[in-house]
Amino acid sequence: MTATVDRDSSAEQRPPRATAAKAPGPKPRSNKRRALGIDRRPGFLTYGLLIVVFIGGVYPLWWSVVAGSSPSSVLTSTYPPLLPGGQFWTNVAQVLDTVPFWLALGNSLIVSSIITISVVGFSTLAGYAFAKLKFRGREGLMVFVIATLAVPTQLGIIPLFMVMKQFGWTGTLGAVIIPTLVTAFGVFFMRQYLVDVIPEELIEAARVDGANMIRTFWHVGVPAARPAMAILGLFTFMTAWTDYLWPLLVVPQNPTLQVALSQLQSAKYVDYSIVLAGAVMATIPLLILFVLAGKQLVSGIMAGAVKG
Amino acid sequence: MTSVTTPPAATDGTNRRDSKTSGSKTSGSQPGGSDRRRQARDARRALTFGQKVSRFDVKASPYLYIAPFFILFGLVGLFPLVYTFVVSLNKWNLLTGPGEWVGFGNYVAELNDPFFWNSLFNTISIFLLSAIPQLIGAVLIAAILDQNIRAKTFWRMSVLIPYVVTPVAVTLIFSSAFDEKYGLINNLLQSVHLSPINWKTETFPAHVAIASMVNWRWTGYNALILLAAMQAVPRDIHESAALDGAGAFRRFFSITLPSIRPTMIFVIITATIGGLQIFTEPKLFNPSSAVPGGPQRQYQTTVLYLWDMAFNRQNFGKASAIAWLLFIIIVLFGVLNFLISRRIASTESRMHAKRTKRRLAAQRATAGAGDAGSGYGDDSATEGDLALVAASEEKRS
Repeated sequence: MTATVDRDSSAEQRPPRATAAKAPGPKPRSNKRRALGIDRRPGFLTYGLLIVVFIGGVYPLWWSVVAGSSPSSVLTSTYPPLLPGGQFWTNVAQVLDTVPFWLALGNSLIVSSIITISVVGFSTLAGYAFAKLKFRGREGLMVFVIATLAVPTQLGIIPLFMVMKQFGWTGTLGAVIIPTLVTAFGVFFMRQYLVDVIPEELIEAARVDGANMIRTFWHVGVPAARPAMAILGLFTFMTAWTDYLWPLLVVPQNPTLQVALSQLQSAKYVDYSIVLAGAVMATIPLLILFVLAGKQLVSGIMAGAVKG
Repeated sequence: MTSVTTPPAATDGTNRRDSKTSGSKTSGSQPGGSDRRRQARDARRALTFGQKVSRFDVKASPYLYIAPFFILFGLVGLFPLVYTFVVSLNKWNLLTGPGEWVGFGNYVAELNDPFFWNSLFNTISIFLLSAIPQLIGAVLIAAILDQNIRAKTFWRMSVLIPYVVTPVAVTLIFSSAFDEKYGLINNLLQSVHLSPINWKTETFPAHVAIASMVNWRWTGYNALILLAAMQAVPRDIHESAALDGAGAFRRFFSITLPSIRPTMIFVIITATIGGLQIFTEPKLFNPSSAVPGGPQRQYQTTVLYLWDMAFNRQNFGKASAIAWLLFIIIVLFGVLNFLISRRIASTESRMHAKRTKRRLAAQRATAGAGDAGSGYGDDSATEGDLALVAASEEKRS
């Protein structure tokens, strides 16, 4: 009996599941479930497996920290070290000598920020129109957006490259930014979110109060869209930040971070401790983002799955 | 596209406009006396400048809002893809520009080029080596996370850590680990007296190595998608199955897996579109190779082959043909996925309906004979029965 009470109290602290928490009579219900083996606290096996998965996910990163902070001679030994060495800053200095790291970091920040603002802005605007405004051809155009979701635009690099070269834009950040100013996914995502979130009455009320269309959008649409905008922004930023093929093509001399990072190992002889120090340095910005917004990333992925 | 879909929408819009017109100036729409006509004219004139602006605002705003997307997407997304096709019909050099018109000559040449087929083989091999283990791993991780574990958010976040490491960084890390002479993995193999593997020169090991990078980065991400789908399964179904005596494994295979199938198909399709365009990993896997994708093109994927053709061999015509061939293959894979999944779904639902009917009949028969064997008393037995009925009718109570 006491054991049951104990388990109950722990269940109170962390409501096991949204559905169970919402159920009118949670206590007897969850008791029954536990008796059936549903929603029971899992045993050590589960946590053991989770730890294995965790180590599998983190070890490669840890290894690059270890290798990036050791002299390369250590790495070639049969039993590689498990703990970081003391050479990190030496390796960092080497990285800074080999590639324009700070320039690349700045470039990546500029490129990713502009792309994020543009994608989120235009997607919210178009998604709001598709979700809440009535106009001729709305359905057809939305079908078109959905159809283009799966179009691999990456395969259009040849004409894009020709155009960039023609206009003399290669080597400038504009060449990196322009091809990804909008995404079909963004419009689809915002439309899916906004269609449920804004009640028609709210828009009508704003209109009756004399707000014009853009004011209505700004004061009704944007506040409602904010959570989805944050998630879309997060993922757009990540995608822009990780892009490699196109920046490698148009700005090899004025690199983004990924391009600069890849140039660390372009030499005939590859010093892996320097390469991995660079990999660690380049990962830090996104790790910071992850610490700040990891929860939003998780919920964004999970929300996208249910909706899309 | 637009013109095809316009007619129904257009009639719709016209109707709406008509109704609006008659609403705003009721008298004008009635045929008859000049009085009324004059009234109508007055009414029209009475529309102030502000009202006119407002009406224009209502009509034009939606198009203004969607215009940036369509214009930009057309310019940087669709036009390049279409123009790639034009380029592919010509002899076209990176430096000298367009040459003579060759029709489908570039396509014929590519379809007869062993390098093209080699790249396609590599792409599909790497894709399968990454998609299948990734899907299985993601389902398992999701199933573990779907339990009532402590510190849920922590564990969910922890499986996402690899996702924040960029593909370039992932490739650099794994490329060092798979180094043939001094790499971490060969060192470990040798320390347990196994012979080292030529990860960067032999075809199959190289594919495994490249696939492992993709798997490492994406398994956790996909696990979270599948986890969301698992959580959307109504708990009542689990409950009633457990009442029927189904264990955790049985419930996993009979309830969880079938219910997350739509999401699995979504994951597979995204993995296909991404996997067939893999570039970064094979490009950076072996920096000492002069040819992108390995000294003997052991892991030259199709996008890498496209890259090599366009920017190293400077043959834009052939490279564009490759791009379009790959485009067609991606579309075919997508359609195939869709058809297979729909077929499975329809047969499955038919079988499911039959099975449920049979079970319900059996349940009723035993319920008539009393609640012997259920062990939970009257209440739970009826509740379980009800839940089963509810589940079979796909109505959430």
